[in-house]
Formats: sequence, structure tokens, C-alpha cells
Amino acid sequence: MDTAITLGVDGEVYRLTVDTRTTLLDALREQLDVTSPKKGCDHGQCGACTVLVGGRRVLACLVLAGTADGAEVTTAAGLADGDSPHPVQRAFLDNDAFQCGYCTPGQVCSAAGVLDELAAGWPSNVTADLTTEPAASRAEIAERMAGNLCRCGAYVNIVAAVEQAVEQATEQATEQAAEQTAGQARR
Amino acid sequence: MTDPSTEQLRPVAIGSDLERRDGFPKVTGTARYAYESEAASPAYCRLVQSTVARGRVDSVDTAAAEALDGVLLVRTAFDAESLETDDGELAVLQSREVAFRGQVVGMVVADTAEAALRGADLVEVAYSPAPHDVVLRTGRGDLYAPEKVNPSFETDTSDGDIDEAVATATAVLDRTYTTAMYHNNPLEPHATTAYWDGEALTVWDSTQGVHPTRAVLADLFGLDRERVRVVCPYVGGGFGSKGEPHVHVVLAAMAARAVPGRHVRLAFTRQQMFALAGYRTPTIQRMRLAADQSGRLAGIAIDVVEQTAKVKEFAEQTGVPTRMMYAAPHRSTTHRLAALDVPAPSWMRAPGECPGMFGPEVAMDELAEELGIDPVELRVRNEPEVDPESGLPWSSRNLVACLREGADRFGWADRDPRPGLREEDGWLVGTGVASSVYPVNRMADSTATIRREQGRYVVEIGAADLGTGTWTTLAQIAADALEVDVAEVTMRIGDTAYPIASVAGGSSGMTTWGSAVVNAARAFREKFGPEPPEDAEAQGSTEDNPATERFAMYAFGAQFAQARVNRDTGEVRVPRLLGVFAAGRIINPRTARSQLIGGMTMGLSMALHEQSVLDPRFGHVVNHDLAEYHIATCADVAEIEARWLEEHDPHVNPMGSKGIGEIGIVGTAAAVANAVHHATGVRVRNLPITLDKLLPALAG
Ligand code: FES
Ligand code: FES
Repeated sequence: MDTAITLGVDGEVYRLTVDTRTTLLDALREQLDVTSPKKGCDHGQCGACTVLVGGRRVLACLVLAGTADGAEVTTAAGLADGDSPHPVQRAFLDNDAFQCGYCTPGQVCSAAGVLDELAAGWPSNVTADLTTEPAASRAEIAERMAGNLCRCGAYVNIVAAVEQAVEQATEQATEQAAEQTAGQARR
Repeated sequence: MTDPSTEQLRPVAIGSDLERRDGFPKVTGTARYAYESEAASPAYCRLVQSTVARGRVDSVDTAAAEALDGVLLVRTAFDAESLETDDGELAVLQSREVAFRGQVVGMVVADTAEAALRGADLVEVAYSPAPHDVVLRTGRGDLYAPEKVNPSFETDTSDGDIDEAVATATAVLDRTYTTAMYHNNPLEPHATTAYWDGEALTVWDSTQGVHPTRAVLADLFGLDRERVRVVCPYVGGGFGSKGEPHVHVVLAAMAARAVPGRHVRLAFTRQQMFALAGYRTPTIQRMRLAADQSGRLAGIAIDVVEQTAKVKEFAEQTGVPTRMMYAAPHRSTTHRLAALDVPAPSWMRAPGECPGMFGPEVAMDELAEELGIDPVELRVRNEPEVDPESGLPWSSRNLVACLREGADRFGWADRDPRPGLREEDGWLVGTGVASSVYPVNRMADSTATIRREQGRYVVEIGAADLGTGTWTTLAQIAADALEVDVAEVTMRIGDTAYPIASVAGGSSGMTTWGSAVVNAARAFREKFGPEPPEDAEAQGSTEDNPATERFAMYAFGAQFAQARVNRDTGEVRVPRLLGVFAAGRIINPRTARSQLIGGMTMGLSMALHEQSVLDPRFGHVVNHDLAEYHIATCADVAEIEARWLEEHDPHVNPMGSKGIGEIGIVGTAAAVANAVHHATGVRVRNLPITLDKLLPALAG
């Protein structure tokens, strides 16, 4: 059985017909030739297929494409701005947070999600105090990135990369807030 | 040194901390791996696997599958193309005999992945099952000595009289250690896109060697090599399991030949990888050490029992590192195999050294404890002047320096050797050490071409980058050999359109391909001087290194681990790992560090998590996915630090580099096991170190 859906992917809109058994991951990879999300297990066990749907990280192999009608999907390819990498990607390059690269697009999307989750104050399993904002400690980052397996064993560098990206995002947020305050003061 | 095979380069680009050339395509996911190679309207292939571990296929009913919408063809042993091979693993669909559970007994090709999967489900196979035998034990009557162990080492060796040494020594240790069955599990499953145009075959395959894969395919299908092209610019990890072709590439090629003019995609599922992609054999290692009161070894012996498959022999060289690691006049090593009804074992990161440095390095720790000698000191006392095995001097051996430097950085001096004494908030804390070793390997048959193209130096060689950094590091070598800026060098690898290159295995890539690149650069300069015309071109090949006749060549390392064991639950955490290595000159510190910490991370995973559980009733690995075959996750890893010593070895190759892809995993598990013992007083001799092995003793 087939069904027609509309998908927004990395800024493009696609109308496509999918078999109702088709996963979002296969729809992206096989039908749209969007191969940035990878298939490592097809069972939600490795994280290689992680994409952002509406800004939240999702395992594309666990979503049936038919249920994703109207979704806005961002892959690691879409996070970059043309030739310039997203800050998370820059941090992965700076810290050599990958080797074979197969888990990497999923790690990058996951890390982008973690940044937002931390900024929104979401706690994790290792957050000791649920009443305060979680700090972006290495333990917090490692816990939150634990759903993305890396067989090359780049974890140490992945945590360092996410730390760098968090720091950068925090600095930016502080600068923006300062500018806003300055702007208000001028008014 | 005037020998051209080792005449040293002046390192300029070599040694610099350059970002990976393939970095941007990898962090964006725009690097296309084998399954993702461009294809207009590909067909999809899915496999049918045997549900018995031994027996014979009586009949196959393919009617329902063939009737399914979108299914193009079904192939089984009854109608598959015949192949020319005596390789029992690759002879897929060639016979109705079933040699292991999960063996491919059919394939379905369809217009869509969904139809292919459904079609494979609909194929009905009837078997005459036969009793199977899948259990490895030491007491089996049919254990045999293989002719050689991987790749061509003597099966058994004996020097002096080990029994005499054991009978007369002050301190004797006689213990048995085991390592589990492990699956490589690269994150990218084995995958191929294949295309047959009626004349020539092109495969985009995830492989550690395009040229070796081409040679195998050409022979199997009876084609001239010129009619087979293998392409693989990126490999999503291999760790040995993509070093030799497995059946995926054969089946994809067979399928493509059945639908000429159409691309066919085939990828193993993660579950299939546990039956079809190779694995590391479990090992049983009986260790004997004989020492005097000061810890000097008179004798060292290892007797290894491990498995192979009836379908194809692979003999892991587990006993080999014991032959050269420590000074002991009396040495003995043996390997015995049980041939079982199981899938064929194969290479996995540091075959031989990785399992073969578990037993010996835990045994050294046990001996140190028994004699009241510091385990670092015990190793230092047994440092051999020359290679005990060959009698040759070392080209360089800095194990002691690694141990000392590591001890220093780790704060080893303050260590109280007594086990089971330190407790912090309910966690027992301890530290352990082990040595690492890996040989310097050089393979035959690699050639590089250097050409002047649009003012750039283009280097072509059919080498592979499995995440090892080849795209970047070979360019660094070429730049120094040509004496130009690395930015002027373009690399082209991963395609049989480029000159022949050996498999990425045995940590031999830089030595082998790097030497070819250096020779090509020297030939290029000799021919064309410093200002070469456009299209100027020269080739160079790897040569034998005569220094291997005069020196024993190895990289060494020392690994230190801290372990914390929960007193109540037995949970083990490793907050800190430190590795110090002496591996010659480091080509690129950034990618080198990643390789070393990557190896150590896999070693940590081996120590605490990994084991393939074979069900004796059915003959398959029951935990055949990433939810149940546990590999270390981000949250399992805390601090892992890799360092190296400045080491100048003019004998190994023109770069002075030794190969670092595998040494990182050697010794890690022993260091962790030794740390767990120091923390708890419990000696775990059977990997992995899971809480069930600790709890009874902790409770008591
Ligand atoms: S492919 Fe989706 S989690 Fe592994
Ligand atoms: S970089 Fe290879 S699996 Fe992560």
C-alpha cells in the first residue's frame, strides 16, 4: 500500500509517494537520495540515522515515513551553510571527533539537539539537582550523547567537541543578551 | 643509511597537526559510502539465511517470492551462477550443504528494498538437518595443530626446556585465561552497489582494499582484472572485517550480472553481520611463568586453544607476542584449533596481539603480586637485549621508556600495591598496568603514480582510508618526498583505477603505501627536476626492506588504567586510561591520537562489555544486534589519554613511522583487569569483566 506525503528536508519541499512500510530513513536515502543520515542498524540501536525533526533529534529508522507527513527534517548536510560548517561541525573538525565518519552525521545532529536541550534546561539521567539548570559538564554531555555509538571510539573527542560548541553557543547567547540590553538602554 | 628503502625524509609536513582532508564531507554526511553511490534506478538485494547449523537444503520453494510485485529474481543453490573458488566462505550458493547457521541459502532481487525484504521472507527452504558441533573446549579430542598461524607464523615454537624451567623455578605461575568471541561491528554494515554492463563489472564496495577485492572477484567470476573495477573512497570502519571480501560483494556482483544494465544494492543487516562478516575467535590461554626471587623470568609459555570453522580455516596467532615480549631463556608456544560448524573467524583489530596480550599481561601482574614486586618494575627487569625469538637486535625498543613515562604521568609512584584497600563513597578503587606491542609490517605490491596536473602534484594509489587518515597522511608524506607544501598535493585513493595497493591491514598502510609514494616522488624529481612540465608523470613501488633481515621491528606501549568497582552492585567504571606509545615518527598527531584513543576505547569495550554469546543448541550468536552486543558508548568512556615518545627509527621506512592502527587495543583489557584486581582483590581471568564475576567475592 502506498501513501502520498510532503516532507521538508534541509530547506527543500518534496512531495513523494511511499510504501507504508517505508521508514523515514529509507524515504530520505532511497527516494530522495538524501544520504547524510546513515543506516547502522535500522533498529534504533546506534544513532547513525539521527536527524532533527522540528528541531528535535529523532531516529529516522524508527519513524514510518507515512507518519511524517508535513515534517521539517534537518540532516547534517542541512546544518551546514553551503561550504561553511555549522558551529557543531566546526567543533567536530577542530577536535577530530570522528574517524571513519559513518556515525558522524548522526553525532552532529544529536549534538545540535543536545545544545538546544541544555539551553532549554532539560535534565538528564545524570543531572543531580532537578531544580537547577543542568550544567554542560562532560558527564552530562557523555550521557546525552550515549545514544550515538561510535565504533571508531572517538567519544573523548566528541565530548570535547560538544563542550566547545556549548561554550560557543553560551558566549553567543550572552553577547546577544548584552547587545539587547545595550540597545534597550539606548532607547 | 644509504639504502633507498629507508633513506629518511626531512619531516616538514610530516609531524604537522593537519585537519582531515575528508573532514567536511564527513561532518556533513555528504561523503558517499558504498551503498550510497550514485545510481539511476537501483534494484535491491536481500538474503535468505539457513535456519539450521548443519545439514543439507532439500528443496526451495520460490514461487510466492517470485510472484510478488516488484521481485525481479530469486537465486538459490539450485540455479545460482557457478563460481570458481575453493574458498569455502566465498563459494556462496554453490552447494546445498549447510556449514553454519545463518549461511546464505538464497537471495532475492527486487525493484524496491521493501519488496526484496518481503520476497526473502517468502522463500521456503526445506532442510535435512544434521547434528552440529559448535562448542569450544580444551578437552576436545579433535583439537589439531594448523600448518601455520595467521598469516604465516610457525604454529608451535620451543626454545630451551620450559618444563625444566618450571620444575626448578622459585616462583611458578600456571593459570588459564580466556577471551570471548568478538564481532568487529564497524558502524557501516558491509555493503556493495554493483553494476554489470554486459562486459565489465563495477562495484562500489566497503572494503579495506579495492585491489585485493578486485583480484578475488575477477577470479570468482572468471573475468580479466581489467574488466573489474572496485571503488571505495570512504569506509565506515572495518577493523579487519572488511580486509578480506565476504559474501556480500560476491552476491551483489552475482545479482548485478543477472540484471545487466542495472545497479544492485546489497547491505548486510546488523544481525547478518554476526554470521557473515567474520569475527574474532574465543581463545583459551594456558600461561606458565617461571621466575627467580627477583622476578627474572627463566621460562614463559602459552598454550592456546581456539576455534576455526569447518567451512574455512583461520588460525589466530594468539601465542605469537609471547615469543618476543620478555627475556626468558626457556620459551614455548602452541596453538590448537577446534574446527566447528560455525561461521569462519577472521581478522579483527590486532589479530594475535590483542587477545594474545591479555593472558600474558595479567599473568605478569599475578607474578608481580606473588613476588611483591611492582608490576612496572617486573616488566623492566625482563626487558630483553635482543629479540628472544630471532636473536636480532631491535630497530628500536622503548617499552621501558613508555612504562616509566606512563608511571610518571599516572602518579604510579604513590601506589600502594595491596589490593582491595581503597574505598571512596562505596566504590573500590584500583590501578593497573599492561604492556602493548605491535609489529612493523610491510606488505608487497604497492605502486604510486605522481603526475603534474594544472600546477599541482597529483598522487594516485589504490589505498584505503578507514578513518585512519590516509587521505591526509599520504599527502603529508608526498609533500615531504617532493619537498613541496602539502597544499600543492592532491590525493586520489580508493579506486582500482589507481595503481595497485595492498590491503589496509596489519597497521602496514603508511609503511607500505608511504614507501611507494616516496619512491614515486624520488623518481619524479629525478626525471623532471624541481620544475616539472604539465603531465610529467612517474611511478614508484614499495620495495623489500633489507633492514628487516638485520633488525626486529616493533612498536611498543604501556597502558595504565584506573578502575572503580561498586562494592554493592559490582558495577565497573574506568575513569581513566593512559597509553604511552613508542611507534616511531608520528605522521599526523591529530589523526594519530584518534587512532590510539580509538584502539584503547575498543580495548576498554573488550574489557568490560563485549562478548558474542553462541547458543549451543542452535549454533548462532543470540545477542546479534547493538542492543545486546554491547560496545562502549559515550557514557562508558571518561578520560582516555594517548601520548607518544619521540622515537627515531631509521630502519623501518623513509618516514621512520611504525604503524599505529592496532597497538592501541593491545594490552588495554589486561590493564583494566589488573586495575579491577587492585581495586577489589578479585582476579577476573575470563573476559569480559562483568559484575557477576565480581559479586560473589565482594559479597563474601
Ligand atoms: S540506523 Fe537508526 S538507530 Fe541505527
Ligand atoms: S567515526 Fe567511525 S563510527 Fe564514529
